[in-house]
Amino acid sequence: MAEPMRIRATLQGDVADVRILMRHPMETGQRKDAKGQVIPLHFIQNVVVSHNGKTVFDAQWSQAVSRDPFLGLRIKGAKAGDKIMVTWTDNKGDKRSDEATVAPPS
Amino acid sequence: MKRSRRRFLEASAGTAAWGAAAALGLIAVMPAGAARNAAGFDSKAAAEAVKHLGATDALESKDIIITAPDIAENGAVVPIAVTSKLPNTQSISIIAEKNPFPLAATFDFGSGAEGYASVRLKMGQTSNVRAIVKADGKFYTAVKEVKVTVGGCG
Repeated sequence: MAEPMRIRATLQGDVADVRILMRHPMETGQRKDAKGQVIPLHFIQNVVVSHNGKTVFDAQWSQAVSRDPFLGLRIKGAKAGDKIMVTWTDNKGDKRSDEATVAPPS
Repeated sequence: MKRSRRRFLEASAGTAAWGAAAALGLIAVMPAGAARNAAGFDSKAAAEAVKHLGATDALESKDIIITAPDIAENGAVVPIAVTSKLPNTQSISIIAEKNPFPLAATFDFGSGAEGYASVRLKMGQTSNVRAIVKADGKFYTAVKEVKVTVGGCG
């Protein structure tokens, strides 16, 4: 169901600049549909990023994060070809994992 | 009605789990599945959220840089980045003080990540955006006002 993320990881010195774009409605539970029914809360609660299998970043989110969330972070001690794995979990228990490799500086 | 009951149940279950984890001393142990601060995320006032982060005595710090627009034309997408230059930064939390649920995000860093996170938030109205950084076991804070012309919580 969940669509793939777009992950870009670029090396700058020995730091990998990671940019992630997720696809998710991020419903706040405050909006109403055309019939006036409240659209239930539906949002990504947790994003975990690992670098070569080691967890380096763990984000807890609320429904205030925008639709189709963007996340930027920096990983130290990275090399070109390193594996970056991103997993999100939403409040309905849906999950999605995607992997990217660190690209050399362009 | 039904929804508020469910929220209440979720909140109480979450708080109980948080308390249990704290009692076991599990919370200080970071990577891999830091417990969700459910009480903090359910707080409806900024001060309450700060309390649930345990950061009521946070010191103002110039080593925290909040990068956000002075004026956000679209409250549905407000780009906010927080950089902490404090040594041994363990976590960064972002609070949009006037949002219905002010605590927007908490980022926990393992040893391999820099004290930096960038994210896009929804903001209901013009408000202070507060960053709370935990570094070396102590809390530090910084604040920046973002003016919102069209709210993003509708």
